[in-house]
Amino acid sequence: MSTAEDTSAAAPDTALDEAAAKPGNARESRLLLFVLPGVVALVFGAWLWWRAIADLDSIEARQLEAGLIMSLIWQHIKVTLVSTAFVLAIAIPLGIALTRPHFRRAAPVAVGIANAGQAAPSIGLIVLLAIWLGFGFWTAVAGLTLYAILPVLRNTITGLQGVDQTLVEAGRGIGMSGAGVLFRIELPLALPVIMTGVRTALVLLVGTATLVTFINAGGLGTLIVTGITLFRYPVLVSGALLVALLALLIDWAGRVLERVARPKGI
Amino acid sequence: MTATSPNTSASANGDVSGVDIEMVDVVKTYPGMRKPAVDKLSLHIPAGEIVMFIGPSGCGKTTSLKMLNRLIEPTSGTIKIGGEDIRGKDVDQLRRHVGYVIQGGSLFPHMTVAQNIGIVPGLLGWDRSRTAERVDELLELVSLDPRRYRDRYPRELSGGQQQRVGVARGLAADPPVILMDEPFGAVDPITRQRLQDELLSIQEELRKTIVCVTHDIDEAIKLGDRILILQEGAQVAQYDTPEAVLAAPANEFVEDFVGAGSTLKQLSLARIDDLELAHPTTAKVGEDCAEVRRRAEANGDKSVVVLDERNRPVDWPWLRELVGRDRIPGDVDETLMTLDRRATLNDALDTMLTSRHGAAVVTGRRDEYLGVVNFNAVTDHIQATEQQLSEQQLSERPAGEAPEDGSAG
Ligand SMILES: Nc1ncnc2c1ncn2[C@@H]1O[C@H](COP(=O)(O)OP(=O)(O)OP(=O)(O)O)[C@@H](O)[C@H]1O
Ligand SMILES: [Mg+2]
Repeated sequence: MSTAEDTSAAAPDTALDEAAAKPGNARESRLLLFVLPGVVALVFGAWLWWRAIADLDSIEARQLEAGLIMSLIWQHIKVTLVSTAFVLAIAIPLGIALTRPHFRRAAPVAVGIANAGQAAPSIGLIVLLAIWLGFGFWTAVAGLTLYAILPVLRNTITGLQGVDQTLVEAGRGIGMSGAGVLFRIELPLALPVIMTGVRTALVLLVGTATLVTFINAGGLGTLIVTGITLFRYPVLVSGALLVALLALLIDWAGRVLERVARPKGI
Repeated sequence: MTATSPNTSASANGDVSGVDIEMVDVVKTYPGMRKPAVDKLSLHIPAGEIVMFIGPSGCGKTTSLKMLNRLIEPTSGTIKIGGEDIRGKDVDQLRRHVGYVIQGGSLFPHMTVAQNIGIVPGLLGWDRSRTAERVDELLELVSLDPRRYRDRYPRELSGGQQQRVGVARGLAADPPVILMDEPFGAVDPITRQRLQDELLSIQEELRKTIVCVTHDIDEAIKLGDRILILQEGAQVAQYDTPEAVLAAPANEFVEDFVGAGSTLKQLSLARIDDLELAHPTTAKVGEDCAEVRRRAEANGDKSVVVLDERNRPVDWPWLRELVGRDRIPGDVDETLMTLDRRATLNDALDTMLTSRHGAAVVTGRRDEYLGVVNFNAVTDHIQATEQQLSEQQLSERPAGEAPEDGSAG
């Protein structure tokens, strides 16, 4: 997946060249921060307006009924966020463990496995899991989690490895415990890189969650599938549009989170 | 001004607050290396002294230093700090009572100056207000205005300021022993000189045991009560006072290393303290200008040294710059170069060369004004020293070889 490749390549740069690259970058990201939600709201408003005046047949009208749309959006968000929570809960501690001296040598193996998880076609992964675990929400969460571990794991490792070792030694040298150094120095300094991984995972998940409709887990993918099977283009396009808007919004939220979480002073 | 912390109030009287360090047959062999990096180093460091480790690159200085706080565990041998074997202690507890200062300061970039300095007090369970008080006190000690600097992040400080904060962090919990690894290696020569002076005046007050690695022989001579000169494998080439090392290098290695024998090296030995200071007219901030000018003219001075309420020099204007002024202004001249009284004549010459007065203001403890040193005082001293040295050499020479003018002087 190209998204993940991009992040991992960009991650060390964000950490190191931040000071130099700041002015241009800051302006660009501030623009994104303020303009993006406006654009999303505008397009969503336009869609609502179209929905109100469009000449729809009864099937289309039923599929695009407000209550149903809202519940699909909610399902989509829920499966995305729950999977993200699992991704964080697994990938960050794993990334920490794999940068400790005892397990350092296992890091390439773990990243390799996570890589394979992501390289497998997502639909295949989800369907295989469904055959094994049955259909439904939790299977969807399991599949999505496996699929999105890589960017967070890789960025956690990269971020922690990128922390200046003299700072770690300084921390130990003045009497901080190993855990103290990890939580008060290493993790805060690695946070910007980790957060970039989290944002990548979020975007990946919100897109891939479109597929969980195939195993009865709902979401906006339902509109797309219905649109295709019933040859109802307004339904299909609405589904695609809403997924795109949601992805943009989640990406935006990720950026906000990245900013808020970045420790001051770096 | 004396330190207000209960920990340091006693030492302000000049009592030794350091403890001694004893290394016996200490060996460190890194895994996979055939020869030990440190081979049977035995050393006694007296309480309250500054000992400088110096030697060629890779000779084992850093390794020797880091064994003192167990950042590196010795392969064999014993190390005692204050009479206690450090192996018997919890490493984290040990390190909280041994200050550690590294090149560039190694400040944590995501923490403010106050947070950086307050880490060890925090680990020792000091309460917030005591830590905050201590932070301010330490910032004063390293000549940084607490109000201005305590809430800054490291990247908002110059290299020299970062290094000062690094020193303050090392001193935070008032440890009896402080380890420094090339602490002033990353700053420009003028800043380095100031930091060295500050360290000396801090040391005068606190009397810690300080072990400091350097690769600059002038720094070693200037700061060290003793110098430890090491060869490959941390073999002791000489361990003695700077005077003795310069006057009587133990062997050829030391002689080459310190460049002993040259008279100019004596410039690093002699301190401002050894000179006669001049006492030009001084003025207090806010004083009446006309009155100050009258006083200066009566003394035959063309400039006055302006002191603040704590007797610290802030400016050194020419009289003509005061014309048309009512009161002595309190503006701090950031470019005013001052010399600590423990600065070497080497430093004094450097400073004078950049001063528009061809002289330099000398300060003592806590930057208090002492007087002014000028070029003549330095050259007079050099001449006197040179003469003394040549007399010594003559008297040491067998009588028959003495040249005819041997009685001169
Ligand atoms: N972690 C390590 N593993 C293996 N060898 C090491 C390690 N650290 C240092 N050495 C070796 O031990 C010797 C002493 O190193 P040390 O860092 O103590 O030298 P130093 O005197 O501080 O040198 P410098 O002036 O360059 O800082 C060197 O030969 C070095 O290569
Ligand atoms: Mg070294």
